[in-house]
Amino acid sequence: MTQVAAKMNAVGAANTPRIGVITFPGTLDDVDAARAIRCSGAQAVPLWHADADLAGVDAVVVPGGFSYGDYLRAGAIAAQAPIMHAVIDAARRGLPVLGICNGFQILCEAGLLPGALVRNAGLRFICRDQWLRVENTSSVWTSRFEPAAEILIPMKNAEGRYVAAESVLDELEGEGRVLFRYVGDGPAQGNPNGALRDIAGISSADGKIAGLMPHPEHAIDALTGPTDDGLGLFLSVQDWIGTATAATIAATAGTAATAGTAARGPTAGARG
Amino acid sequence: MTDRVAHPTAADLLDVTDPVGAVDLVDCGPQPDTVAYAAATPDVPQPFRELGLKDDEYLRIREILGRRPTDAELAMYSVMWSEHCSYKSSKVHLAYFGKTTTAQMQSKMLAGIGENAGVIDIGDGWAVTFKIESHNHPSYVEPYQGAATGVGGIVRDILAMGARPVAVMDQLRFGPADAADSGRVVPGVVAGVSGYGNSLGLPNIGGEVIFDPSYAGNPLVNAACIGVLRSADLHTAHATGTGNKVILYGSRTGLDGIGGVSVLASDTFAGEGGAGGQGGVRKKLPSVQVGDPFAEKVLIECTLEVFAAGLVVGIQDLGGAGLSCATSELASAGSGGMHVVLDAVPLRADGMTPAEILSSESQERMCAVVAPDKVEDFLAVCGKWEVQADVIGEVTDTGRLVIDFHGETVVDVPPRTVAHQGPVYERPVARPDWQDALQANTSGALPRPDVEQLGRLILQMIASPNLCSRSWVTDQYDRYVRGNTVLAQPADAGIVRVTENADDAMVPERGLAMATDCNGRYTLLDPYAGAQLALAEAYRNVVTTGAAPAGVTNCLNFGSPEDPSVMWQFSQAVRGLADGCATLGIPVTGGNVSLYNQTGGVNILPTPVVGVLGVIDDVRRRTITGIGQDTGETLLLLGETRDEFDGSEWASVVHGHLGGKPPVVDLAAEKLLGDVLIAGSRDGMISAAHDLSEGGLAQALVEMCLSGQTGARILLPEGPGITDPFVLLFSESTARVVVAVPRTEELRFTEMCTVRRQPWVKVGVVDAGNASAHGSLDEQALDIQGVTRLSLAELRTAWEGTLPALFG
Repeated sequence: MTQVAAKMNAVGAANTPRIGVITFPGTLDDVDAARAIRCSGAQAVPLWHADADLAGVDAVVVPGGFSYGDYLRAGAIAAQAPIMHAVIDAARRGLPVLGICNGFQILCEAGLLPGALVRNAGLRFICRDQWLRVENTSSVWTSRFEPAAEILIPMKNAEGRYVAAESVLDELEGEGRVLFRYVGDGPAQGNPNGALRDIAGISSADGKIAGLMPHPEHAIDALTGPTDDGLGLFLSVQDWIGTATAATIAATAGTAATAGTAARGPTAGARG
Repeated sequence: MTDRVAHPTAADLLDVTDPVGAVDLVDCGPQPDTVAYAAATPDVPQPFRELGLKDDEYLRIREILGRRPTDAELAMYSVMWSEHCSYKSSKVHLAYFGKTTTAQMQSKMLAGIGENAGVIDIGDGWAVTFKIESHNHPSYVEPYQGAATGVGGIVRDILAMGARPVAVMDQLRFGPADAADSGRVVPGVVAGVSGYGNSLGLPNIGGEVIFDPSYAGNPLVNAACIGVLRSADLHTAHATGTGNKVILYGSRTGLDGIGGVSVLASDTFAGEGGAGGQGGVRKKLPSVQVGDPFAEKVLIECTLEVFAAGLVVGIQDLGGAGLSCATSELASAGSGGMHVVLDAVPLRADGMTPAEILSSESQERMCAVVAPDKVEDFLAVCGKWEVQADVIGEVTDTGRLVIDFHGETVVDVPPRTVAHQGPVYERPVARPDWQDALQANTSGALPRPDVEQLGRLILQMIASPNLCSRSWVTDQYDRYVRGNTVLAQPADAGIVRVTENADDAMVPERGLAMATDCNGRYTLLDPYAGAQLALAEAYRNVVTTGAAPAGVTNCLNFGSPEDPSVMWQFSQAVRGLADGCATLGIPVTGGNVSLYNQTGGVNILPTPVVGVLGVIDDVRRRTITGIGQDTGETLLLLGETRDEFDGSEWASVVHGHLGGKPPVVDLAAEKLLGDVLIAGSRDGMISAAHDLSEGGLAQALVEMCLSGQTGARILLPEGPGITDPFVLLFSESTARVVVAVPRTEELRFTEMCTVRRQPWVKVGVVDAGNASAHGSLDEQALDIQGVTRLSLAELRTAWEGTLPALFG
């Protein structure tokens, strides 16, 4: 398991990264994503589905939930919302975007990530703490993890089974775009839903657009989640933002907090 | 506790004792039955009996109105005067709660019995509201939708108080786990709770799943919700201020969820090809409501936004009895009257009659009273959330509820006569003649196992349907959403954080704990003691997590009130619960009653579900269930063990026996135990704790080991007192908890117990096995020395395998 650092900087400083969190009607985990962003030291910026403007944020999180009640198909209606047009445009210009659960479904529906999420093999909603292996630690969203790190974060969905054409899966594997894979032994671990090649999360070719079904924003401390492993994603993107900002202003490289410091709060006990 | 905003939904209409046959409402041609027409046709026969009204009740309505009621009025009165809405059988007994609540108990109550839900001040300007409600009958007819809309209804009750719902729980009781129909009802109900609750974004933090043959044809689906608000923002439902607008918002009103009255009327019309016209097409719609959790989610956010912006005078949720209930309740709680135009109600179906519109139980609707100058802003918020909203009427100073349709008045009544002045019954009460024989048939003669059989017995017991892991159920519920869940199943109580202080670990984070319990087997043996045992266990579950109990709610599920023995059970249970709360010094803030839970004349086990809500000053101090913080920690059993097996799980699982008297209730011991556990949690003296209830010490130890994935070495005490290993391991004596105590704290903790005269005895140590093997289940075991050694792997297989094997 990788220990990740939590920068507890006061938010609002001029150089604090600003990360947007989109709320659609039916979005549920927006408050959680915003909390995870704050706990990792960045500023969370609320974004509304009907707006067409990203408020100049440095990255965007499309959080989980049941946008538009999952009507039609999970994520299908949200993918057409005004804010998503802005996200698609910005993503094409290199803005980091993370889709979690329903957000992953939305990114697939929006054509930003390949493949689709379909009903779990067991046909039931599954809520459990899930072991994942980080398969690529060079993406914008996973750079803080150690190579092949195994992390424990909650998953909770009814339509989380990742599927894509064989050729697409081969391409994802070949390009190192499988970010997270389900691992672990025992009846309550391993592949929970029949996802092809045990895939839990993927990225775009440049590693800036990422999607995963489990919920890193629910693993930010051991009081309310199984671990603080989820902070790694939110810290990784801030490293990238810092570096990118520094490059842009032709200054020295952005500083990154060192890994290995435990997050706040008690570190044992909560097992959900 | 008269709880006038009960939500009967379809329940009453499905009551076997409330038969609603095909009803032929007044045939007045294509026009609806108006007040004027009713006044002119006093002698038209009306189907009041088929609608569940007694002769004298119908006469009283005529007396109130000075004429016969219109169809719409008859529909309103019949549903509002039903058992579920009027509490007509239970009211005289529920009054006892008020008589036993002292001023001291009331001091923290901001709102109590009679509001949508009770409200308690938890300090720092925060308040909490919580309630449990039944949705039993619909869940048998249509398990998924019955359970789903049960969750939806209780969440709207909490929302109507101005509170943000923060957690749900569900109390489920089914027939035998291996009965054929359980394969239909159990997965359906669980999927309904899951499908609706998960989509709403409310963490499910606990509940109950219990199997007993008495629930086979009448499952109990109770749902609880907890909400949080700033004390200053408390809203109660009322309609004051002449000229204020009445706004109906949320989903459209349809024929789905119309129970008896109107669908049956349409049936008749259609069958006769008569005045109803299009009735033939729509009569097939389900009588159980259909839920849309997405509509409810946006309704929650929309409602909280209009509350926060100060745009409302009062809000009422629409549940059972739909607009009939909401309009009469709002008008009754206000100062004047109300005028409503039904033509303004957005409908899903064509040609709905006034009676149908008023009776529809379509879900996800709310009714708000808004000052005229705020209406535009109110509608704008609804527009933002894409919630339909329409002004359907206004507050008047006439003192009457007047409802128009197509330009004619179809309802003109004093609202309080509908909402609050229903009939009150003093039903016959009689202790059943079989009670003595039941109590005399004790478990004393049942053969008991030898020591060498105890290992196998532990595996048999933990795999039994009422003691096995509930993961198959709870893994279908989202317990994480909103990020404040500190404890959830299988913890003793669920805990959610209320105040966050992420930047400073020294500033406490306040939280709420809730647990619900009831053992219907105990309650059958002794209803007074059974209700107190339910209270005692819920109380114990809350204090075991380190929270201090602050309030009590209940959901009283009983059989037919027309059976004097059921009314005796009910009155005994109410008295037991009220007296128990007075002893513990915590108030009953509200509750719900569900009667007529019977199948083929056989009543369910009396099931007074009791919910205890607690407050924890700092959620970081909560006590968890699982052991394993540190190997070598001391395991202490707090409380006294007696030889008590009547009504026990052992008697049931091994012998199929139910008789005798339930375990002794000792509320003073429970209170003392609670004080010790709260102090131990606060001062960091306890690293894990688990209460003892059904299944006794053996069950508690197994769950502590499996939750913590850590073994234990147990040395059963050698006296004084009980020394029989079977009794020590399986007795269900109350007021007992096992705690794990760090070795550095052991002396301090045991001295505190001794000083306070809290009985304690050392029963073993936490044993993680070889240090190198930590985490491996095969290496670790529950080793009860001289009795049995069971590996955690075989315990887990036995404990977790049962429900998946039954339900897939």
